[in-house]
Amino acid sequence: MGEFITNLLNNTIPIELYLAVTTIVFFVGVYGFLSRKNMIMVLISIELMLNAADINFAVFNRYLYPGQLEGFYFTLFAIAIAAAEAAIAIAIIINIYRKVHTIYVDEDVSKMKY
Amino acid sequence: MVSNIIFFILAFVTVVSSILAVTSQKIIRSAVFLLFVLLSTAGFYFLLDYHFLAITQIAVYAGGVMVLFIFSIVLTSQPGIGVKFEKPGRMLVAALAALTGLAICGHIIFYNVNRVYYYVTQDELKVQDIGFGLLGTDKYQNMLPFEAVSLLLLACIIGGVMIARKR
Repeated sequence: MGEFITNLLNNTIPIELYLAVTTIVFFVGVYGFLSRKNMIMVLISIELMLNAADINFAVFNRYLYPGQLEGFYFTLFAIAIAAAEAAIAIAIIINIYRKVHTIYVDEDVSKMKY
Repeated sequence: MVSNIIFFILAFVTVVSSILAVTSQKIIRSAVFLLFVLLSTAGFYFLLDYHFLAITQIAVYAGGVMVLFIFSIVLTSQPGIGVKFEKPGRMLVAALAALTGLAICGHIIFYNVNRVYYYVTQDELKVQDIGFGLLGTDKYQNMLPFEAVSLLLLACIIGGVMIARKR
């Protein structure tokens, strides 16, 4: 046990620890997506999932393919795309709020088109 | 050794903040916990020696997307009505689904890691190389995704204005 801790403190971080953190954050995001009623909470869960996947890409790039940069560029584009879709989702939510005055997913928000 | 301690602190902050973000009753607290998750993700990128990516994460996510979230929460919250929770049955099903997925992914990760991967320390990634990689047209360079993302951002701007304008 003591050797395990000194291994963890002196060597570099093994890849499983990074992957464990991102897996936990991803599935916490899945839980939040499925179990919250407020639309903004659903968006926050989506951002958690996207961030976990981005860290995964960067970690795999650094540990498995040290000479290449494909994971790095994919993460860069994924950040840009996630920001764009968060903006559009918030525009849609504001529009829903103007029409129906509620942003809970279980009320009747099906009458949006005018 | 210090960077390992920093990794453990960041991992703790990430996991605890993400759990608190999805189980909090007030929505502004969820947004602030999401901000902590985004900042500690940037810390992970700093630990992996991807400095440009960490700065981009802070500027775009923690700076832009979080401000967007705070504005939308302020514009769409009704302080009189309390926070509604899902039915307990549905929350249990969601927790079961998340735990099943976590178990499957955890098993795959820890079953297949039979080689020890080491972190290969390299020279710092120059921004010049990043620029050539983004705007070049050779085999591993990304001019086409760059232009596609710029088209996406244009469509997003126009679409956002069209959707949320005042009628």
